[in-house]
Amino acid sequence: MGAVRMLVAGEQGLVVEFGNAIDPAVNARVHRLARALAARGLEGVLETVPTYRSLLVLFDPLVLTRERLASEVERLLAAPEAGEASGAGRNTVELPVLYGGEFGPDLDFVARHNGLSAEEVVAIHSSSAYLVYMLGFTPGFPYLGGMSSRLATPRLSSPRGKVPSGSVGIAGSQAGVYPLESPGGWRLIGRTPLRLFDMDAERPFLLAPGDVVRFRPVDEEEYWAYLQVEEIRAFERRGR
Amino acid sequence: MIVVLAPGFLTTVQDEGRRGYRAFGMPWAGAMDRFAFASANLLAGNPPGAAALEMTLSGGSFRFEEAVYVALCGAEMGAALEGAPAGNWVAFPVASGATLSFGPAALGCRTYLAVHGGIDVPVVLGSRSTYVRAGVGGVGGRALVVGDILRIGPAPAAGRLPPRRSLPGPLVPSCGGEARLRVLAGPQEEMFAPDGIDTFFSSAYTVTGRNDRMGYRLEGPAVRHKAGADILTDALAPGAVQVPGDGMPIVMMADCQTSGGYAKIGTVIGPDLRLLAQSRSGDTVHFLRCPEEEAVTALRGERAAYAVIKERFPGVG
Repeated sequence: MGAVRMLVAGEQGLVVEFGNAIDPAVNARVHRLARALAARGLEGVLETVPTYRSLLVLFDPLVLTRERLASEVERLLAAPEAGEASGAGRNTVELPVLYGGEFGPDLDFVARHNGLSAEEVVAIHSSSAYLVYMLGFTPGFPYLGGMSSRLATPRLSSPRGKVPSGSVGIAGSQAGVYPLESPGGWRLIGRTPLRLFDMDAERPFLLAPGDVVRFRPVDEEEYWAYLQVEEIRAFERRGR
Repeated sequence: MIVVLAPGFLTTVQDEGRRGYRAFGMPWAGAMDRFAFASANLLAGNPPGAAALEMTLSGGSFRFEEAVYVALCGAEMGAALEGAPAGNWVAFPVASGATLSFGPAALGCRTYLAVHGGIDVPVVLGSRSTYVRAGVGGVGGRALVVGDILRIGPAPAAGRLPPRRSLPGPLVPSCGGEARLRVLAGPQEEMFAPDGIDTFFSSAYTVTGRNDRMGYRLEGPAVRHKAGADILTDALAPGAVQVPGDGMPIVMMADCQTSGGYAKIGTVIGPDLRLLAQSRSGDTVHFLRCPEEEAVTALRGERAAYAVIKERFPGVG
């Protein structure tokens, strides 16, 4: 494990960098510090932003000096976190996915590219546990690690103008899910009926940094049933 | 109620921004020129972070269906109340049925129209700010269009506000023209060649047409990296100066995404970011290296200015 670096990101930003690689062990240290800072509840810490290998801590320097924040961070890094060994704080979210067809227009390409059948792609994709390294790109978009290298597929050479929300994609060795309809160049292999971002919901973001995601293949009937439930919920929220 | 007779080039509802959700990929949004925005609110008798209208380059035209007290701060857009010049960095009452109109800004880019009581749109994730890319906040998550009707929040100090008040000259900042932005180096300064860093801090850059609420792309002498421009995607916040492989700086603004993959040479200090928000295509930008102490002093100065304005112009803020 490399040395921790503290970098300046403006007068209100401290970057705590744990390494320079996409590595679950490095990422775990990022989330551990984010949790420790939240639990510490330091006055002057405004918000923290976890990424693959660093935590951006935004703070008010008129309330909390950089020196004081840095020494608090060092103290927290030195302290063992209670319950860490048992994997506490890790939330597993299962996403039902309808693979292939119009919902996963690139499933066959991903299969051909990797010398697999479509069924094998689905089986491999839905058998891994994926780590939410970070969220970004659009609100609620998870950068997922842990995909089998047997599914790695390059992005589209020309991105689609509109990728439907819920689309489950592959870009190189990364996996992701589009929470919003947006342009995008990832290979789409399926779609989840669950809403990853719903601004009216009590919990607007389905996934949090550090969560574990599992994909479960569903048939069309189950997909539409889930979608119906999501729509009824959204309707009820709007009616409140 | 306010009826939008003409929206102007790009007018959105903004407040202090949607804080606390960057970890989920949700940008802050919020006012681009935070000093003009807070000043408008304080002059209007509001708390400094109340929701107001942010107009861009060319302002709109608004009819008030009730008597209100408004304030205007930012770029000079030739505001006129029922056809008569209304001034700028001022607050005044508007009679029910009156129309307040703005034209194009000759200099500068953004003007705030604050109304006593604030613009009453639904609060989404703690904020009324519009973030157009995700369709969140403001009026339907979008810029105003003709015919929109805006509600005004409760106006507790309505009867106690004076006929007209304006920000004292010494407190009125510049809007537009050449911008000199102080920058704290880092977090990836080490990825730049020494002559690249010199180039960045000694050259004049020009604002390109690719400037919006997400970021300002600049053009000028290329800032050279040591080896490459790409980093492992990490966090971004407004003020960060990303430099992609072509060496042309991009300054991240209020709507910027929460993560990015280009090396960041520095961060424009918070109090100076408004200067860039008031610049437009063709304007010149300089970056000045700034020690951290000076940045914190500038922030203290900005907060002190709000305290002075608040004291001189009592309201509910």
